[in-house]
Amino acid sequence: MMHFLLLFSRQGKLRLQKWFTPVPEREKKKIVRDMTTMVLGRKPRSCNFLHWKDLKIVYKKYASLYFCCGLDAEENELLALEVLHRYVELLDKYFGNVCELDIIFNFEKAYFILDEFLLGGEVQETSKQVLSRSIEASDMLQEAEIDNSDYDLELGWP
Amino acid sequence: MALKIVKGSIDRMFDKNLQDLVRGIRNHKEDEAKYISTCIDEIKQELKQDNIAVKSNAVCKLTYLQMLGYDVSWAAFNIVEVMSSSKFTYKRIGYLAASQCFHESTDVIMLTTNQIRKDLSSPNQYDTGVALTGLSCFVTPDLARDLANDIMTLMSHTKPYIRKKAVLIMYKVFLKYPESLRPAFPRMKEKLEDPDPGVQSAAVNVICELARRNPKNYLSLAPLFFKLMTSSTNNWVLIKIIKLFGALTPLEPRLGKKLIEPLTNLIHSRILLCLSSVAVLISLSSGMPNHSASIQVMKYLGLLAMSKILKTHPKSVQSHKDLILQCLDDKDESIRLRALDLLYGMVSKKNLMEIVKKLMLHVDKAEGTTYRDELLTKIIDICSQSNYQYITNFEWYISILVELTRLEGTRHGHLIASQMLDVAIRVKAIRAFAVAQMATLLDNAHLLTGNTQHNGICEVLYAAAWICGEFSEHLEDPMATLEAMLRPKVATLPGHIQAVYVQNAAKLFSTVLRGQEGAPADSKVAQETSQLLIDRLPVFVQSANLEVQERASCILQLVKYIQKLQQKDVEVAEEVTALFAGELNPVAPKAQKKVPVPEGLDLDAWINEPPSGSESEDEGRKTKTKGKAVFAKEESRHTKPRYTEVDEKELAKRREVRKAEQANNPFYIKASPSSQKVYQEAVGVEHIPVVQIDLSVPLKVPGMPMSDQYVKQEEERREKNKADRKKKDKKKRREKGRQRRGDSGPESEEDITPAHMVDIVTEEMPETALYTIPCLFPSQKSSKHKKKKQKKEEKDKKKKKHQHHHHHSDGAGDESVQNGTVEEEEPLPVSKQSPFILSTQSNPCPLDIQVCDIQGNLHDGSQVVVSVIFENKCDSFIKSMEFNVMDSLNSKLQRPEGAGPHDSLTVPFQLPPGISNEARFIFSMQSIVMPQKLKGTLTFIVKVSWSCSPQSTHIPHYPNQIEVYLSRVPNTTGVDLTIKCLLTGSNQQYLLLRHPCNICPLCMCPCPSQADQTVSIDAKCDEPGLLGNVLDEIKLTFSQC
Repeated sequence: MMHFLLLFSRQGKLRLQKWFTPVPEREKKKIVRDMTTMVLGRKPRSCNFLHWKDLKIVYKKYASLYFCCGLDAEENELLALEVLHRYVELLDKYFGNVCELDIIFNFEKAYFILDEFLLGGEVQETSKQVLSRSIEASDMLQEAEIDNSDYDLELGWP
Repeated sequence: MALKIVKGSIDRMFDKNLQDLVRGIRNHKEDEAKYISTCIDEIKQELKQDNIAVKSNAVCKLTYLQMLGYDVSWAAFNIVEVMSSSKFTYKRIGYLAASQCFHESTDVIMLTTNQIRKDLSSPNQYDTGVALTGLSCFVTPDLARDLANDIMTLMSHTKPYIRKKAVLIMYKVFLKYPESLRPAFPRMKEKLEDPDPGVQSAAVNVICELARRNPKNYLSLAPLFFKLMTSSTNNWVLIKIIKLFGALTPLEPRLGKKLIEPLTNLIHSRILLCLSSVAVLISLSSGMPNHSASIQVMKYLGLLAMSKILKTHPKSVQSHKDLILQCLDDKDESIRLRALDLLYGMVSKKNLMEIVKKLMLHVDKAEGTTYRDELLTKIIDICSQSNYQYITNFEWYISILVELTRLEGTRHGHLIASQMLDVAIRVKAIRAFAVAQMATLLDNAHLLTGNTQHNGICEVLYAAAWICGEFSEHLEDPMATLEAMLRPKVATLPGHIQAVYVQNAAKLFSTVLRGQEGAPADSKVAQETSQLLIDRLPVFVQSANLEVQERASCILQLVKYIQKLQQKDVEVAEEVTALFAGELNPVAPKAQKKVPVPEGLDLDAWINEPPSGSESEDEGRKTKTKGKAVFAKEESRHTKPRYTEVDEKELAKRREVRKAEQANNPFYIKASPSSQKVYQEAVGVEHIPVVQIDLSVPLKVPGMPMSDQYVKQEEERREKNKADRKKKDKKKRREKGRQRRGDSGPESEEDITPAHMVDIVTEEMPETALYTIPCLFPSQKSSKHKKKKQKKEEKDKKKKKHQHHHHHSDGAGDESVQNGTVEEEEPLPVSKQSPFILSTQSNPCPLDIQVCDIQGNLHDGSQVVVSVIFENKCDSFIKSMEFNVMDSLNSKLQRPEGAGPHDSLTVPFQLPPGISNEARFIFSMQSIVMPQKLKGTLTFIVKVSWSCSPQSTHIPHYPNQIEVYLSRVPNTTGVDLTIKCLLTGSNQQYLLLRHPCNICPLCMCPCPSQADQTVSIDAKCDEPGLLGNVLDEIKLTFSQC
């Protein structure tokens, strides 16, 4: 089971965090700090795996963003790498050539995509088609609601 | 109303949305905190408004701030408000915020139960989905209990989108509310065969997680998973299933066989799964000139796979030793750590020094204390694993430890220290060397303590001081060491180390005194030593640490007293030495438990009234011997002699008395030369030559690495040993040939003999404890082998018809005489003078028992008469023998009428010394078809008398177990058996050939031909069970010959 998924920049700024197990706030901060220092401290061209306490840490760098997740010791590392990669693919498909700024400014969208993909630390759906269909569908629902409500952003104010 | 709405939306135009917030934060890099605090104030304002859109916008911004590390728990209620909005857009934001901000102790969670229930049953599948997603993050035991039923219903929802989410969240519910597992499981099992692949994979995930926790309960699902594995095309699911089978196969071995075929198929068809096995090859065979990250991944996985293979096939991994050592040079820390893990399992006697040498090099090079500490612990782990199994030269190990002390800033000082203590205590031969090294360490203590007090390495001084004090007789210059231990700088060390310093300074003092009083002309030196102590100790008396203070003041007073005596030219050395008398022996942690408490001894009762203090000190000594426990602080308190309360003469007297007591006390663990010898034999290393190593370089300089020389030395030694052994082998080849095969381990390992012996003390084997217990009847181990052989013969003969009462001429005893274990039969403590022990030491068992004949009762076909000869082999009178055999299913000992089924029979005679007599016992038999083995006991009283004591002592009932083999059975049962034997073979050792008539008088035995090795037996019988058993026995006998 995956315990957490973190996205952070090269400077160690957290861009997204998802905790699949309940962790106290203070502990969260400590883990985030440990992860950023550990992962950022790795030399280039090192392998993607670390051990931290009794968790396996699998991370991968995509452009300027580090995707990092903590797994149970029995989990398969390669599978976790695949999960990270699939998530990046999904983001890429949704935003169209995703970059760090997309995730910063639409961070709730990034969460929504993640929630469709993983649930409770397990992969929920592996098919990209099914995933993007459900993401689109819920976005459509949201837009429909906004359209129905006659004001808000659609009023044409400068 | 409309106006209000318009006004609200106009207001909103000036509100910041999330994008504005993010942009704002980026623009206020310098005063981010200030900017955010104004933002939070704005958000608070927004949350007070009625407009749900405004609220949800505020909550969204809060979620972002929460990620940046700001506390937003104050807005929990507002989040719940947004969650309960009827619009999906806001609900989504609300649940997102909740999943990010809520945790188990958030109290508003209990307000959400109904809202979540409502959302779960919403007609809109996305409402349900969003609720499930949120719930998965903040589910509490209460929520799990209340909502378990709703979620269970959702597991069979019409939409797969909801089904898979419900299945996955069920796992979280199981964790929080385990009672739900039982009712939900059947439905979960159904989902394994759901038409939708997503739901299927979700169910596989959940069951894999569950099975990992408790594989046994999920064995029944194996066929289902097997089907899934062969039919599924989803790689993600396949990996999970294979992992699951990995957990299941250890429990059900048959599964493994079944899995082989589909797994090989999978490997052939799917590259992905192949990857990990390919990794081994790539990572280790390529020279790795082009370090790409993927190669590193391969390398890592390869090492990981190897560590798994190592557990089952160590040989195949060991051949890659060089490659793994190479991985230690890798710049990637993850890979280095994996390689270290592997090395732990790979060491052998042969390569230990080499590997450790390599590791030491890395220790020097390593940057970063974490990795260096990891290396250090690994080195110690590797060396000390399974009782120093792989160490052949302890001088080398000590010097490795000393080298490790030079590491700066390590946290593992205590680890090194405990190793030093352990080795010095348990390897007697090393003590002199260890003491010399420790003295050097003490002398250079300033190098260790260096600048920082918090340096963990100064723990080593604890061990050094203790070793120097305890084994001070090995010190070359105790005076110098004493001086080093009393330097003013010592006062900066941590308290518990100072305490040890002070205590051991006293020990050293006694050694110095003893050394000096041999030469009376030099009494000045002794007085100077006293003066030194008197000068230096006051520093410790003023110590802030109570322990140090107390010890120092005690010893100071003692030394002052001694000085007075010295001035009067009184010889004090002996008495001072007596303070620290007694040698330490290693004892297993559980050894004390194995020593039985003699009858009538109440351990909790005071032997002397509490104030005497001598008892607790005695205890202290004992606990101190417990190897690693030496380090515990509370125990070191025990070791403190409380001699201030009584004056010294009195104390010395008491010590003498106690020493005498201990010498007489069989339960006191002491090092007598005889026990030592027995001990070594028991470990099975009697043939190991203890080589005295001539140290030409005394290794005085602590700044120089010195362990290297041992590697060389070791090689030379091995060479020499090999040469020696070759010579011996030539002589002994014939005798040795067979024995060597019996030894475990590969031959190459066997060739390496340790230079020193470790007192190996395992928890199960408290040898030292056992040996001091007077063992009245040591079991006759030497003859055991022989007896076994005879037993087989007997078995072979069992159940064959005998017409004649054939006397078995082999006198050595057809039944084994076994002693019960010592624990069971511990006699009352016997005082040292007892001649009984002396006599039994030369004579292992006073009574010899043989079954001389077994014959059928002519009058009653179902009875067998067993004649037993008892022979008294000791010098004492044996009487009141009682014989008892436990009844088995088919045979019963005939007892006189009125006796119970478990009563024993009295042997109707007594045995004066050296006399033998025969007794007969009748057994009734139910069936003769099965071979039978009977177990019995014989109790007897040995009457002992000796000249110095007028009365005789009775050692009460002392049971001996007897195994009676019914070897012959009468032929009166009417079963007809014919056996025709064709015995051929050249093996003259085989008893059947020598006494063919013993097997079966009915068989025809043609002369064995020397050339042929085959045996064929034709048998005929009207009782198939009997025949089968007889033939089995014969076959067994042949196969063992």
